[in-house]
Amino acid sequence: MHEWSLAEAVVSAVSQIAEKEGLKEVRKVQLRLGELQQVDKKILKFALSQMKSGKLGKTKFTIRTIKAEFMCRKCNHKWFLREVDIADEIRESIHFIPEVAYAYFRCPKCGSPDFEILKGRGLWIAEIKGVK
Amino acid sequence: MLDPRVSIIDKRLSNIDRIIVVSSGKGGVGKSLIASTLALLFERKGFKTGLFDLDFTSPTTHVVLGANNLRPIEDRGVVPPEIHGIKYMSLVFYLGEHVSPLRGTDLSNAFLELLAITRWGKLDFLIIDMPPGISDLMLDVLKYIKKANFLVVTSPSKMAFETVRKLIGLLKDLKIPIIGVIENMKIGGSTYIKRQIEALGEKFLGEIHFDIKVEDALGNVDKLLETRFARELDGITLRMQEEKRF
Repeated sequence: MHEWSLAEAVVSAVSQIAEKEGLKEVRKVQLRLGELQQVDKKILKFALSQMKSGKLGKTKFTIRTIKAEFMCRKCNHKWFLREVDIADEIRESIHFIPEVAYAYFRCPKCGSPDFEILKGRGLWIAEIKGVK
Repeated sequence: MLDPRVSIIDKRLSNIDRIIVVSSGKGGVGKSLIASTLALLFERKGFKTGLFDLDFTSPTTHVVLGANNLRPIEDRGVVPPEIHGIKYMSLVFYLGEHVSPLRGTDLSNAFLELLAITRWGKLDFLIIDMPPGISDLMLDVLKYIKKANFLVVTSPSKMAFETVRKLIGLLKDLKIPIIGVIENMKIGGSTYIKRQIEALGEKFLGEIHFDIKVEDALGNVDKLLETRFARELDGITLRMQEEKRF
């Protein structure tokens, strides 16, 4: 599952920062998860719990989902992911590579393929709290 | 806000001995054909080989390989499917017949995503087919792929070489290893490109003559490897191996 590779990247990034900042222990990590990629939050949490070790052994991960919002560069129309009807196969492709959305989505107002993903793409580390 | 993908890239590429980036300043000089055929030649020599198509908006290596209906395997990320013994990754798996109109930031995001999730495993060679030009993806390769060695392709055209000269200048400024330059689609006996490359202090790896039979061989790798094009590329790779250029 893709969630496992994302969890691996998070654990790796947080471990590197903990090392760099001289943290003895990482207590809390806040993640922002873009809705576009349709990552299974439960699987991601489970993968994080299985992969954390060492300075991250007791880390609590919190994940906040960010709604995916788009804006047309041609007519400035804004829309949300929930307004788009997506076939399962396309959904799976976007799950792996969110930019694939540009191949399948069009502005619902003017039909342009030239739009921007304003919010809700990918996974980000928002905050790390630890003990020195 | 921190992007966690960046931290995992080195690990994903850690079991790859050599990364060869096939590039040019100009399109239409035969990068994709050379990258794909190079991967096939390495595989036939017994090397574990991967091919990564970075031409996200206009991928074509699948046409050379005759790779249809492939899909990466999901296993804690994605494992590239194998075709003709090559581990192969391309955005085309997720695009099908659809066009992918991507701007710079989106190209970089797709690149980072694929690097972060693709589990290449142990490889002797990873061949990367670059898009033409010196823009976002070139800068991303230079930034994120530390083991990149550049194999530069030009045609005999002075127009193509003008862009190749600039690419070589950039790579030299940044002290990025350049394996050498191949002159592809050679017609006539001009030594212009060879002289120019040598004047730049770079290795002229050889010339590959324009081969009209290549077009009919696209999608049929056995037929492709029998063309004069493939034989001449094989000759260049043998010389490169002898000279320990990779």
